[in-house]
Amino acid sequence: MSDNKDPQVTPDIPASGEPGRVRRDTTAQVRSTLAKRYAAEKRFRFYGIAAICASLAFLVVLLTSIFIKGWPAFTHAYVKMNITLDADTLELSENPGAEELRAANYGGVIKKSLQEKFPEVKKRKEKKALYALLSNSGEYLLSDMVIANPDLIGQTIEVWLPADDETGALLKSNHDLSKPDTIVTRMSDQQIAMTKTLQDAGETDVRFNKTFFTAGDSREPEQAGIRAALIGSALTLLVTFLLSFPIAVAAAIYLEEFAPQNRWTDLVEVNINNLAAVPSIVFGLLGLAVFINYFHLPRSAPVVGGIVLSLMTLPTIIIASRAALKAVPPSIREAGRGLGASDQQVVWHHVLPLAMPGILTGTIIGLAQALGETAPLLMIGMVAFIVDVPQGFTDAATVLPVQVFLWADSPERAFVEKTSAAIIVLLVFLILMNAIAVLLRKKFERRW
Amino acid sequence: MNDSHQEVFDNIKGTVGDVTVADPKMRLSNVNVFYGEKQAIFDVSLDIANNEVIAMIGPSGCGKSTFLRCLNRMNDTIPTCRVSGEMSLDGEDLYGPSLDTVLLRARVGMVFQKPNPFAKSIYDNVAYGPRIHGLAGNRAELDEIVIESLQKAGLYEEVKDRLEAPGTSLSGGQQQRLCIARTIAVSPEVILMDEPCSALDPIATARIEELIDELRQNYAIAIVTHSMQQAARVSQRTAYFHLGKLVEVGSTNQIFTNPAHELTENYITGRFG
Repeated sequence: MSDNKDPQVTPDIPASGEPGRVRRDTTAQVRSTLAKRYAAEKRFRFYGIAAICASLAFLVVLLTSIFIKGWPAFTHAYVKMNITLDADTLELSENPGAEELRAANYGGVIKKSLQEKFPEVKKRKEKKALYALLSNSGEYLLSDMVIANPDLIGQTIEVWLPADDETGALLKSNHDLSKPDTIVTRMSDQQIAMTKTLQDAGETDVRFNKTFFTAGDSREPEQAGIRAALIGSALTLLVTFLLSFPIAVAAAIYLEEFAPQNRWTDLVEVNINNLAAVPSIVFGLLGLAVFINYFHLPRSAPVVGGIVLSLMTLPTIIIASRAALKAVPPSIREAGRGLGASDQQVVWHHVLPLAMPGILTGTIIGLAQALGETAPLLMIGMVAFIVDVPQGFTDAATVLPVQVFLWADSPERAFVEKTSAAIIVLLVFLILMNAIAVLLRKKFERRW
Repeated sequence: MNDSHQEVFDNIKGTVGDVTVADPKMRLSNVNVFYGEKQAIFDVSLDIANNEVIAMIGPSGCGKSTFLRCLNRMNDTIPTCRVSGEMSLDGEDLYGPSLDTVLLRARVGMVFQKPNPFAKSIYDNVAYGPRIHGLAGNRAELDEIVIESLQKAGLYEEVKDRLEAPGTSLSGGQQQRLCIARTIAVSPEVILMDEPCSALDPIATARIEELIDELRQNYAIAIVTHSMQQAARVSQRTAYFHLGKLVEVGSTNQIFTNPAHELTENYITGRFG
């Protein structure tokens, strides 16, 4: 109390001074500053609101543009076809086996059916343009149908076959197909006219795009799906969670509750904080050098991706868990010890349950980071073109952000909407993950 | 420590009054406690008798809480803390190989300054000690222990309909009685209380004091308190600490009516503290 900064009480002034100088008029003094204080407060509040509005605006712009761009990818255009599955065109023998059924000339019957729709098309070049209106995935569709029900051979069936990506984009858009000059597309005017004929005949339809959720990647946009990347992400994150959560929580508990305070633990602490700041691509290089080149784990596999990402996630969870453990009041530990609980019992019975919500929050932040991570996965080969949906932790796989990266790089226009759609799927995945975390946290918190 | 403190400190030479009793529950002799380089307790000897409440009073920072925490080795958890001296419970060395801290704390229970119920139900709070020590063979026995402890702590009638409610939902006084119930559920032999009423209102305090008086029938109780009225009301013997030394011990009656040491007299008459 030697240096007194309080303006009203100034005992340092000698008693011989004027009494008015010793005691100032507090009321007047405070009143004169009030207006200024309120103005400052108002200004401060305005800054806060402005900051929130700005960030909200950015978020709205971002989400709107992604949704507007990505929405069409969830639908696809289909064309109604009357297909005659005659054995001759299919090039089938009398009693075809499964192998023969699979290899049959389904393209031929589709082409024949298209020709029936447009009998005026005769030239080779025109025919080629006509066939290009439909996706070649129609062959696989027919093949599956016939293999499931061989009795269809010889019959004429009505099926909706997926349109090619360019045709699909045209049908999904609101362009006036009678004015081909106004449309920016790779399609020829003749193809646009054919599409218009189909549309006018009511033989086209825009439906939900199931392929997007059931297929892996493809060079053909209309056949490309998100499933491989989605499963890849789920498998990778599962490995990350299973590795990083127990290791990080154990490390945090040891450092916070049991470790002696000395130079070694200080060193460990500094290094954990440093690890959190290491660029993620460095972890990718480490994964490549150690797990793939030295331990010969499979390339492009979720198990390696998961290990690499958990290296990256560990410091985040450790730091958050330590903060959560530190926030548990010491009186709880004393109460437990006072009753004769061992240190370990105190941690398991009292400290950990109270710290769990904070630990879960840290875990979800770490996993969300891992979910959006691309760079380290490029280093370990998870950037591959994956057509098959991965079936296990060692199958070649890719993850959602890498899929976004790959599609954003593709030249076909239809991949633009796919890219945005993949981002939407990534965001939904993230929201679901966070929702689970919030539910879990609520469950732990509800107890007190 | 400034000069006047140093002078007072130097003038405290030994303890006035008899520190020993005929049949001690706990005997502590020549206890010294250090926090790092700083010494907090100087050569204190004191006996704690059966079926008796001993009050420890003294100005803030005089070491009474530190001393109390030696009795169940709660100071062990502070890394820089060092304790020397002879301490025994029923003649058994507190720091001896046969007396583990877990066992010691089951025998010497503690109630803290701030009510600190676990983040569990009222039932689980009381049942926790018996559970970790395996004192109850089955659920019925555990129920019995919980109800009996709550009854002894004078809380049962108030909470019997909501044993599953969280312990933290109780009022401050109820929480402290819950902490006492939790302590006696382990059936300790000694109960240490570190300013158990400092966070409570007078009505809750009166209830706790009544409770302490009842508990004296079965336990040895050592209580640290800042309230001299409380010391006078609940204790049979009183120990006055000053600057880490035990200045005077005597019957509560004698200490409050006819203190032998000048410092004790100054403190209880309110000349400093």
